Amino acid sequence: MPELTLRETSAKTSARLEWTLVGLGILALLVAPFLVYPIFLMKMLCFALFACAFNLLLGYTGLLSFGHATFFGGAAYFTAHAVKVWGWPPEAGILLGMAGAALLGLVMGFFAIRRQGIYFAMITLALSQMFFFFCVQSPFTQGEDGIQGVPRGMLLGVLDLNVSLNMYYFVLAVFLIGVFAIWRIVNSPFGMILRSIRENENRAISLGYSVANYKLGAFVMSAALAGLAGSLKAIVFQFATLTDVTWQMSGEVILMTLLGGIGTMVGPIIGASLVIGLENTLATSGFPVTIATGLIFMVCVLVFRRGIVGEFYARFFKRAGKD
Amino acid sequence: MTMIFGIPVQAFLGQLLVGLINGSFYAMLSLGLAVIFGLLRVINFAHGAQYMLGAFVGYLLLTYLGIGYWPALILAPLIVGVFGIVVERLALSRLYDLDPLYGLLFTFGLALVLEGIFRYYYGVSGNPYAVPPLLSGGTNLGFMFLPNYRGWVVVASLIVCFGIWALIEKTRLGSYLRAATENPRLVQAFGVNVPLLLTLTYGLGSALAGLAGILAAPIYQVSPLMGSDLIIVVFAVVVVGGMGSILGAIVTGYMLGLAEGLTKVFYPEASNLVVFVIMAIVLLVRPAGLFGRDA
Repeated sequence: MPELTLRETSAKTSARLEWTLVGLGILALLVAPFLVYPIFLMKMLCFALFACAFNLLLGYTGLLSFGHATFFGGAAYFTAHAVKVWGWPPEAGILLGMAGAALLGLVMGFFAIRRQGIYFAMITLALSQMFFFFCVQSPFTQGEDGIQGVPRGMLLGVLDLNVSLNMYYFVLAVFLIGVFAIWRIVNSPFGMILRSIRENENRAISLGYSVANYKLGAFVMSAALAGLAGSLKAIVFQFATLTDVTWQMSGEVILMTLLGGIGTMVGPIIGASLVIGLENTLATSGFPVTIATGLIFMVCVLVFRRGIVGEFYARFFKRAGKD
Repeated sequence: MTMIFGIPVQAFLGQLLVGLINGSFYAMLSLGLAVIFGLLRVINFAHGAQYMLGAFVGYLLLTYLGIGYWPALILAPLIVGVFGIVVERLALSRLYDLDPLYGLLFTFGLALVLEGIFRYYYGVSGNPYAVPPLLSGGTNLGFMFLPNYRGWVVVASLIVCFGIWALIEKTRLGSYLRAATENPRLVQAFGVNVPLLLTLTYGLGSALAGLAGILAAPIYQVSPLMGSDLIIVVFAVVVVGGMGSILGAIVTGYMLGLAEGLTKVFYPEASNLVVFVIMAIVLLVRPAGLFGRDA
């Protein structure tokens, strides 16, 4: 019994510490645009949300998707098209992008969940490459040029998103809502079943859960949230291009999650910030980004599999981290 | 002019030949993937990069050392194979006890690094590699014109594929390999050096990719990106075939190459999608793959 109480108190302190850190983090993000170039911050937030959405699938359901660029880049195209060509307001464009990504997720998930493990990864990769070819050939994406000059417009008809700070706080709000949604999903009964599938799929089946439906549900949610991130990026940068649907983009989001810590709430956010920061630094140095990302991949897999946040937990909350 | 389905016979057979050539490469690469996966349980994402490496070794040997195609045909697979052995010893061998996904992620990183290095030094544009004089020109088969080199590639890939198949299915070494695939612990207990077997297998798989690369060099241009797009199609081939059987990997490779060629005749826009569509259909009808045993 003393063992149990000890663990409970340490879990309580670590929870209190976590909430303090989260509060500090949000505070930092609120003042950040006055210190750092807002466009860079917005890019970071978009990718952080993307990585969190991806982590919902890899970290909490144990499914490695190699095709998440489809949802990120696909939603960017849908939103850009709706806002620019149809003249939709930004919030409607973003919702459409999200819905489109969810639909793509439904289709891809439907095929991919028929196989497990390594095959799942290969199927998602192949299907997303198929979507890439579709985007290359389909006229609405405007090929190599991409959809450019997407107007940011007025949010809900009142808030002018062309003002940089307005745009930033809108992105921050969407980011926080998105991450909160993921946190709610992960800690709901639904999320617990997802974790049980990750830990032992056959056991979950024998307990009577229709594992396929749960996997598909997680896949669609992850796709929709990745789409939200992509739509947001399209509005921020005012364009949607082929870069966002390539397999390299799918790899990048895996790297962000792996570097930050698979299966942790904060890990993907930190991972995404680091990767985007690194890319920004390398862009001016002339050192090829792919070599750097490849090296980080190899090092992470060989010696650093828990990621930054995972290592942090393992060091400082040994007891709480064990459960 | 004779027509088939309203298409001139010449054009029809020409596309079919292109399909057969592509199929030869699909077959060789998916065979290598299947051999590696069978024993190591690692999906070698770097397979495309090793294919590119094979082509580049040939190109560099010719450019800097004046070593021609025929010696390169031996040297390129050898060099890529040794490279694979080093990678396996230093890194992959540490990942066997983990989830197989880590092997995929590691080799993905390796592929990015290899591609990045060659892109840094040689740009993205292709470098031409001349067809060896012995095989230049073509033969008129009466119903169509066959460039000699392409004929050679088809023959060479058939020899390689069935050579590997015979090695695995008909020799003593192959029987160790198959046994180690089924139960590595037991085979180790019988006194077979399984870690060595794993290393050699990865070396063999890498060498196969390197060989495919040097064979491809005169047909496609030698470029840093030649492997990455191909490997994704080969993944689809592997999903269709299932990695349970060596023969299955080979047959599926040729079949899908031909299917691609046929699509190019009738509906060119869909030719780079057709392999993926076939994959989706197979997943619906027979999720384990055409030749797969259920995992």
